[in-house]
Amino acid sequence: MKLEVNKLSKKFNDTDAVKNITFLIEKNKTLGLLGPNGCGKTTSIGMMLGLIKPTSGNVYIDGKDINKSQKSSLLSLINFASPYVELPKKLTVRQNLEVYGRLYGVKNLEERIIEISEDLNLFFYLNKKTGELSSGQKNRVSLAKSLINKPKLLFLDEPTASLDPDIGDFVRNYIEEYKKKNELTILLASHNMKEVERLCDTVIMMKEGKIVDKGTCKELIEKHGRNNLEETFLKIARSKNEVA
Amino acid sequence: MRWHKIYGLSLRHYYLIKSSLPRILDLIYWPSIQIFLWGFISKFFTVSSTYYNNTVGVILTAAILYDFLFRSSISYNMMFLEEIWSRNFTNLFIAPIKISEIITALTLTAIFRTLIGLVPATILAIPLFGVSIFEIGLPLIFLLTSLYIFGVTLGLLVTSGLIRFGPSFENVAWASLFFLAPLGCVYYPIEILPEWLQIISKILPLVHIFEEIRNILINDMINYYSIFKGAIMSILYFIFGVIIFYISYSGARERGTLINMGE
Repeated sequence: MKLEVNKLSKKFNDTDAVKNITFLIEKNKTLGLLGPNGCGKTTSIGMMLGLIKPTSGNVYIDGKDINKSQKSSLLSLINFASPYVELPKKLTVRQNLEVYGRLYGVKNLEERIIEISEDLNLFFYLNKKTGELSSGQKNRVSLAKSLINKPKLLFLDEPTASLDPDIGDFVRNYIEEYKKKNELTILLASHNMKEVERLCDTVIMMKEGKIVDKGTCKELIEKHGRNNLEETFLKIARSKNEVA
Repeated sequence: MRWHKIYGLSLRHYYLIKSSLPRILDLIYWPSIQIFLWGFISKFFTVSSTYYNNTVGVILTAAILYDFLFRSSISYNMMFLEEIWSRNFTNLFIAPIKISEIITALTLTAIFRTLIGLVPATILAIPLFGVSIFEIGLPLIFLLTSLYIFGVTLGLLVTSGLIRFGPSFENVAWASLFFLAPLGCVYYPIEILPEWLQIISKILPLVHIFEEIRNILINDMINYYSIFKGAIMSILYFIFGVIIFYISYSGARERGTLINMGE
């Protein structure tokens, strides 16, 4: 799926949370959305998911405006995972996956639950309550929920936040492998620059609601004369408000 | 309307109730306590009041039916609050489920929660106080349906408030029915109220429903016009509730509160 964001803005009362952002993610590509806290990443993702109504501008998914087209049919091809959004803790992993599988209209649901739980090393936890899992396990359940419908467009908001390096690496490996085998476009918001360098084809840097730079990781590093993406991020985040 | 999605969302609440014995006990406990309390009050009035003379169980029947309304509304609110408390709100609203399907799923599941609490309490009242709500007969089905629709409407209005104002609106969820109880004339005839309050009361379906319950039990007569009036009013309130819910949802999308709900 192709995601096209066109002159998207959001104003909350007198505050411009997102200012006129435009970008494109081509089919099967991964785009990193970077920026300091409060720069408008979550609001932008909210608008792309149809949760927040833009003040102006449009979000097109395969040419269809999420705010005007059959939102429900578009959402069945999209999914989202974030450690800040949880699944019902009192339900078992299997029950949560079943509920969301049904909401997304997944066919052969039982098979899909087994498949995704085996892939994410969750099979032995299927009958355990989600609230009783460790944060690493919960994170993988959240990822399993986000892939239950085999989405064509996936929004990942800090997918490895608060994970130990081992599990973080497992999740990154899994996303890489999954993408090789499946048709999937990803928008990844992350503060982990190594993760972004590893997973993303292109990167957008946001600051104070605006896109201040974009390009491949290599291009941005070279352009700003830094050694890696982290140093590049710090340079952009600490610079005055110029748009590149 | 896609029923498999409605079933999926209902399943979430079914699993939640099924997995927790304290939750089931909580659902049964409060209606049962109500039955005991109003059962004894009812007994006392039956002996001491000329109005209720020889009409054992009028108050208790009203208490059971009012509790049915109360539980319907609270069940609806609770299911919505569960999504906020579990921080599952964003997952729910980005799933390909329409608002109309969410409302339908919660409305249908609320009856399940309500009956878990009320069936044991209703059965308990028969041997303990010799009172059976089934004495109302066939009209009971229509009266319960009207009460249920109005209960769900109150639930819808409260959940609209939760979407509009966030979890802080939770306290209103608990208080909403207590506010309406005096105007609903659940335990007393409408003539008890001052005239100006009677005018307000008459725009609530509760008055027509509970007046008719007393009419059936005390006068042994059925006024289908009152039953019909109560039902139509409940449906109109329900439509109003749905409209308000849609407005609140649209407002929440405007303010961006859906993405942070529960935090």
